[in-house]
Amino acid sequence: MQPFTVHQGLCATLVRDDVDTDQIIPKQFLKRTDKDGYGEACFFDWRYDSGGNPDPSFELNQPRYAGASILVTGQNFGCGSSREHAAWALLGYGLRAVIAPSFADIFRTNALQNGLLPVTLTLAEVRLLTERAQTDEGWQVTIDLTRQSVTDALGHVATFEIEDFWKECLLEGLDPIAMAEKRDPEISAYEQGRSALLPTTSYLGAL
Amino acid sequence: MSGNPQERVLLYIDLHLVHEVTSPQAFTGLRAAGRSVRRPDLTVAVMDHLVPTWERNRPTPDPIGREQLRQLQENCRASGIPLFDLHHQQQGIVHVIGPELGVTQPGMTVVCGDSHTATHGAFGTLAFGIGTSEVEQVLATQCLWQAPSPTMEVRIDGELPHGVVAKDVALGVIRQLGVSGGRGSVIEYTGSVVRALSMEGRMTLCNMTIEAGARAGMISPDQTTISYLEGRPASPRGDDFDRATERWLSFASDPGAQFDRTEVVPASELAPFVTWGTTPAMVAPVTERIPYLTDMPDQASRDATGRALAYMGLAEGTAIQDIAIDRVFIGSCTNSRIEDLRQAAAVAAGKKVHPKVRAMVVPGSGTVKREAEREGLDRIFRDSGFEWREAGCSMCLGMNPDILMPKERCASTSNRNFEGRQGAGGRTHLVSPAMAAAAAVHGHFVDVRQLSATERI
Repeated sequence: MQPFTVHQGLCATLVRDDVDTDQIIPKQFLKRTDKDGYGEACFFDWRYDSGGNPDPSFELNQPRYAGASILVTGQNFGCGSSREHAAWALLGYGLRAVIAPSFADIFRTNALQNGLLPVTLTLAEVRLLTERAQTDEGWQVTIDLTRQSVTDALGHVATFEIEDFWKECLLEGLDPIAMAEKRDPEISAYEQGRSALLPTTSYLGAL
Repeated sequence: MSGNPQERVLLYIDLHLVHEVTSPQAFTGLRAAGRSVRRPDLTVAVMDHLVPTWERNRPTPDPIGREQLRQLQENCRASGIPLFDLHHQQQGIVHVIGPELGVTQPGMTVVCGDSHTATHGAFGTLAFGIGTSEVEQVLATQCLWQAPSPTMEVRIDGELPHGVVAKDVALGVIRQLGVSGGRGSVIEYTGSVVRALSMEGRMTLCNMTIEAGARAGMISPDQTTISYLEGRPASPRGDDFDRATERWLSFASDPGAQFDRTEVVPASELAPFVTWGTTPAMVAPVTERIPYLTDMPDQASRDATGRALAYMGLAEGTAIQDIAIDRVFIGSCTNSRIEDLRQAAAVAAGKKVHPKVRAMVVPGSGTVKREAEREGLDRIFRDSGFEWREAGCSMCLGMNPDILMPKERCASTSNRNFEGRQGAGGRTHLVSPAMAAAAAVHGHFVDVRQLSATERI
């Protein structure tokens, strides 16, 4: 897993709630079989006009947000489809963190798995950050995972909660699979005790 | 699973469903780390998301999609995972074939790299969608790191009014909870309406749980569940079936079970619903109008509604029944089972699809298709002017050639009306199968309850 410790970057805003993963990465880009190369397609239908040129009315296309690595957005970010391509696309776009009042569950896990930090702040704090990013061109914040804080050049802005499990994984770059493998004796013991009535799939392909 | 969200438990997975779109990177990751599939015998794979629903014997037209199908075939062969490929008799949508084969049974944990996995919760399973990294983790260890979730009861009391079906219950629940109202929670659907639903109806209801933002939705197993499971290919036989039945019913909810939160949805407030916007919560009874922006509670809602209506090409205050449609899609993991097709066929029988409408029916699986053909439903659809296709996800997400053109308006029995979901610029209205068939015939939305009175369906 890509570690996340401290990141300083330019904040861009996308002021809308319920941004779904179909918008983050439309389905026509899900046919590839690797994890790279989705950045160009991130927010495709919003980002480009029908001629394939950047649509100047899309918030993230403002020149002031070029090079942004932190997205400040609305509630329930990442709802809908479970496609992890959404996290890969946001990373490919250049983001390292998304700040929102809430995240959809599957997206949040996908982001964490890839070292894209989902930072949950209160609605009031997100509004404050949005205003600052919109009024103060070039405004940057620093996200410190150890201290669970978001700060700007003037100092404290907000603190956030994150589960110990994910904090440790991100700080150390741990692999959740390797962590599960360490519990192999317990997994094997559990398998021994599973009911013999539970179905298996082995013969299904031959049906 | 209720408890401290800081706690991480290793949850054993009883059934892992795999499809072509969200698995290639997981298999690649597994190989790169020198790992293998721990339990191919608890895993089953199917090609469903991007398969063509037409002319199956010709090569899949899209070379990139073809490569994805090839990789699934190769990954399953190399790891011993049973695969339902696009020529298999029982191929179909992953959430249709799991229950149909009988591999979804009460008390199990079920995961799939697909957000509509809660469908399997209809059987009293804990079933939820996962991302590709988690697919890799389950392939490697058969386990997932999970935090306990808050529990929510959604109780639907009363009796469904005539013409109101499971899809309307699902849309009514989302209308009440909102698209993020269930966030983080596991929902149990209870109440007299849920008890009276068939397994097909229960699957439709659980299927759309994710559209209210919840992690999983489930229904306590009962005799309806047991009857459905009897005789399925993976169901136990003879004495084992009786022993399994006893075990399955032991997972029934305790009377007076406590939930972190309860929402009551009175059946009397449900109606045939039609979504008018770009989230499933932007929904109204067919007899009503699209809301006026001035009726919205705050500026954020006005902005979101204004954006949705601009995308949908609709004006505030428009009567739902005045919305004319171009396309009809009957299918998807929400509404492509035999009961759904029977309901749609009952409306279509003896009538013609409106000349301005192109309509298609995509059965959920080869098994559903054959059963429908045995019952003569395909004749009814074809005679009415519907296209009768092969099984797959099809126009629910438009990864195959079945897509909407920009600005085309579709009455769809699927689960998402997001911008571009069924094709860039396409406009989706979510409805029940009977409502979709009625819209196909009339060229605009109509109230199936009125049809029942006047056309004796």
